[in-house]
Amino acid sequence: MIPAHFDYVAPASLDEALRALADGGEDAKPLAGGHSLLPLMKMRLAVPTLLVDLRRLEGLRGIERENGDWRIGPLTRHADLQRRADLGVVAQTAALIADQQVRNRGTIGGSLAHGDPASDLPAVLAATEGRVTIRDAGGGSRTVAAADLFQDYLTTAVGPGELITEVRIPALDGWGHAYEKFTRRAEDWAMVGVCALVKRAPDGSCEDVRVAFTNMASTPIRATAVEQALRGGPLDDAAIAAAAEHADEGTDPPADLNASADYKRHLARVLTRRALQRAAGS
Amino acid sequence: MSEVPVRLSVNGRTHEVDVEPRLLLVHLLRDRLGLTGTHVGCDTTSCGACTVHLDGESVKSCTVLAVQADGCEVTTIEGLADGDALHPVQEAFWEDHGLQCGFCTPGMIMRAVDLLAHDPDPTEEEIRRGLEGNLCRCTGYHNIVRAVKDAARHPHAGRIPAPGVSADGAGAGRELAQEGLGA
Ligand SMILES: Cc1cc2nc3c(=O)[nH]c(=O)nc-3n(C[C@H](O)[C@H](O)[C@H](O)COP(=O)(O)OP(=O)(O)OC[C@H]3O[C@@H](n4cnc5c(N)ncnc54)[C@H](O)[C@@H]3O)c2cc1C
Ligand code: FES
Ligand code: FES
Repeated sequence: MIPAHFDYVAPASLDEALRALADGGEDAKPLAGGHSLLPLMKMRLAVPTLLVDLRRLEGLRGIERENGDWRIGPLTRHADLQRRADLGVVAQTAALIADQQVRNRGTIGGSLAHGDPASDLPAVLAATEGRVTIRDAGGGSRTVAAADLFQDYLTTAVGPGELITEVRIPALDGWGHAYEKFTRRAEDWAMVGVCALVKRAPDGSCEDVRVAFTNMASTPIRATAVEQALRGGPLDDAAIAAAAEHADEGTDPPADLNASADYKRHLARVLTRRALQRAAGS
Repeated sequence: MSEVPVRLSVNGRTHEVDVEPRLLLVHLLRDRLGLTGTHVGCDTTSCGACTVHLDGESVKSCTVLAVQADGCEVTTIEGLADGDALHPVQEAFWEDHGLQCGFCTPGMIMRAVDLLAHDPDPTEEEIRRGLEGNLCRCTGYHNIVRAVKDAARHPHAGRIPAPGVSADGAGAGRELAQEGLGA
């Protein structure tokens, strides 16, 4: 399978890249790791007329700690994230994406800009209440929270001509965390994924909790009913099991080849229980 | 749509080629440089038969544009042996019968070398996880896993020899490459 013809540039600066995208119009696309875009182009489901390769923009790579946040360059690859245990749930989740060859190419910025509800890192951004910085060719820059970034299936707040230039993920020191992913085969996409984050109060009860799903709707979504059921109460197995029963409330899982919507709802309940148990350390 | 100049090193030899931006790295290697050891199994980033090293790390070359490899170092299965001496991972696949038809083998070996470079002493579980992006329709994986485990005993299993000018595969690739370039 061979993509349709397109023009190609690999600018050396962010400003040049933004200009190239602006000049290219709405059929110009940024290229990061290419592991979502190229498969679509090979199947001719995407037919961009210009690819603006971001690979020379060294400033968009790297991981730094700043004011309680992880500041991550959008070109940082899943492989870079998985080898940084101090990133906690981000590292743990990155290690579960596809296989090592895919992780050696795919980037966090590409994953968040693409907005595939089956992708794993968007649910982590939702649970940690992270945010991205988006820049446009006019020099404008804005910060978009996870809750506003993911709008619909393959639709994000990143518009034509715009680039994600930074990802910020609160470090949430002292929180327990877990990402549970259920697949049919080792390297597969998630049928369902659950990111759980738990903060214990000094008396052992649940001070705060966040739960977000991969592949349970057309975007990553938070399991607010589960969170409400646990917050402020005990964090024992019985409480967790009871809260996890609310996992499918408000979800609208897409049925696919591997799983019916009902089966995904079942998986969401089971995986939420497991993820919360791990995150609570029980 | 204009061609784009690409300069890359393949198995230690520098190539300068003009390519259509849509040319995939695997097709550059196979069709233009004549390095047919890299296979195309699925063409959908699933099977790993097309695995090569890009700047020292394993990637699926059916999902990399040749233009993305500009300025990079590529190593293919032809670049592993040191002259007539097989690479320790190739040797172990041979000793342990880690292949039947051999179609998956180049990708499997390139992935295994990268695995051992990052994790010189993997457990069986880590080997199986580490090879999850490579499919084999023949062996049932047992002897592949055994081969990687045995290769790990060799001190250079995760290393690639400095490309020798005499390396057979690289030599063959070179001649064909020139033919391809002149065409
Ligand atoms: C076989 C296979 C299995 C996979 N399995 C999983 C999985 O289990 N879980 C998972 O999460 N992912 C999976 N993926 C997807 C993989 O993680 C992708 O690499 C990732 O989703 C996209 O990152 P990329 O850098 O490759 O983006 P690209 O493919 O380069 O780009 C994706 C989209 O984002 C845009 N874009 C890229 N960077 C930016 C930026 N900085 N600013 C604005 N727009 C940008 C592009 O224009 C494009 O529209 C899989 C991919 C493959 C091929
Ligand atoms: S041919 Fe590239 S992964 Fe199968
Ligand atoms: S040996 Fe035949 S596919 Fe692996």
